Amino acid sequence: MTGPNALKDAPSATAEDAVVDVRDVHYAIDGRPIFSGLNIQARRGLITAVMGPSGTGKTTLLRLITGQLLADRGQVMVFGRDVATLSGSEVYAARRRMGMLFQNGALLTDIDVFENVAFPVREHTDLPESVIRTLVLTKLEAVGLRGAAHLMPAELSGGMARRVALARAIVMDPEVLLYDEPFVGLDPISLGVILRLIKQMNQALGITSIVVSHDVQELATIADQSYLLSGGRVVASGTPQELAQSDSETVHQFMTGSAEGPVRFHYPAPDYTSQLLGADEG
Amino acid sequence: MSNAVRHGVILEGLRKTGATGIFFFRLLGACVSALRRPRLIVAQIFNAGGRSLIIIMLSGLFTGMVIGLLGQDVLARFGAETALGTLAALALLKELGPVLTSLLFAGRAGTALTSEIGLMRATDQLTAMEVMAVDPMSYVAAPRFLGGVIAMPLLTAIFEIIGLFGAQLVGVQLLGIDRGVYWSQMQSAVGMRDVTEGIVKSLVFGVVTSLIAVTEGYHAEPTAEGVGLATTRTVVASSVMTLLLDYVLTAFFL
Repeated sequence: MTGPNALKDAPSATAEDAVVDVRDVHYAIDGRPIFSGLNIQARRGLITAVMGPSGTGKTTLLRLITGQLLADRGQVMVFGRDVATLSGSEVYAARRRMGMLFQNGALLTDIDVFENVAFPVREHTDLPESVIRTLVLTKLEAVGLRGAAHLMPAELSGGMARRVALARAIVMDPEVLLYDEPFVGLDPISLGVILRLIKQMNQALGITSIVVSHDVQELATIADQSYLLSGGRVVASGTPQELAQSDSETVHQFMTGSAEGPVRFHYPAPDYTSQLLGADEG
Repeated sequence: MSNAVRHGVILEGLRKTGATGIFFFRLLGACVSALRRPRLIVAQIFNAGGRSLIIIMLSGLFTGMVIGLLGQDVLARFGAETALGTLAALALLKELGPVLTSLLFAGRAGTALTSEIGLMRATDQLTAMEVMAVDPMSYVAAPRFLGGVIAMPLLTAIFEIIGLFGAQLVGVQLLGIDRGVYWSQMQSAVGMRDVTEGIVKSLVFGVVTSLIAVTEGYHAEPTAEGVGLATTRTVVASSVMTLLLDYVLTAFFL
């Protein structure tokens, strides 16, 4: 466990257990450090939640795991191999074992729902059309959108687009599913459906899931293991219940959504009163 | 402009040229795997070529008609109005056909390519492909590049044929130049070299314009403003490069 506020050590995990193992990762963008000594493990068959305030690099973490970005220092082990040492074709082979749900769905806008879900299958296999059809309809049924197969992405609501994207993410039966802010901007019904789907994917298919989000309450209902990021490193980890009972100020601030605490809500600015009184000076 | 600023501008220009060069070679590599998806390339030939047909045909017709009108007026001053066919053919085949088609192509198809790819970048579609282990260079960039490269000479040919018809329409039908003279003068004066010059130019313009459009879209800032700026850069860069390369190629063929 890292950081002075570390709640407790992560449950001991063997190398075989950890499908994704982020070890002492440092990463900076334009000289601005995003991660400085990040350690996260996602264990096989479990739902791992990665939480943190906006701008803590949660999406960057997913891009490091998929090999779209490479760490400046440290190791990102995926399926037991360091992503940085993989060749281009090996990275693509590793990605074929993963699925990712994007925040906005990222559906291809020039093809319909059916073709979107069929896209990875057509690209990576030579299955006959009848098998592809069965496969796609099965996945669409799982997310409750078999009837929307003929619709174009522009005709879908935000929640529907995310469910189609989820069907596309699982169509190749991945071992790992990465979720990037899956609950943002959803109405309560869509949110509940997505939440149940994530749990079902995990329980029914045994998929290892990494959910990156700042929706603490939602994550608490499904996560097996949670990490809280702040200042480029993990400040606490444990089950959601353990985090909720933490006496760490950072954890408490995040779990209760308070503007006051170690994580600053206000962007650095000059004194409020003097700036208001001296409005002409900007 | 201070020295430091001047150096910065030069360095930025060199960096951009180098980046485009590297991207071009990556694109050529991706074209090989894109050839395994002929359906995508045909769709892009339709997008870039088929959807530009109306504007190309109309522009070709009016350009030819202007050549007929102006050519007859100027040539008549020297008593050489029978040479209108030669003038129209040489002007259209060697210069106006490839250059105007390229400029129109940049404005119609080039901007569409840039904004489409830029929006795909802004909405994470390209990233999603990468995560699905599908190379967006092969699936998105290369088919659009090849579609543009193939469509350009075809559009140029159509522009020239309609242009010759337009010049004939005004010169022969309206202003009374003998039809037989119009076509026979053209036939005797225009050689294969002139036709080749036009074809080479249209191919080069097709490569350059499509490359600029795809490069700008692929590297567009993933915001509304970024895509808008990239689209503008496509038109400006394609137009300037078309005219610059036209001079170089014309000098080469002299």
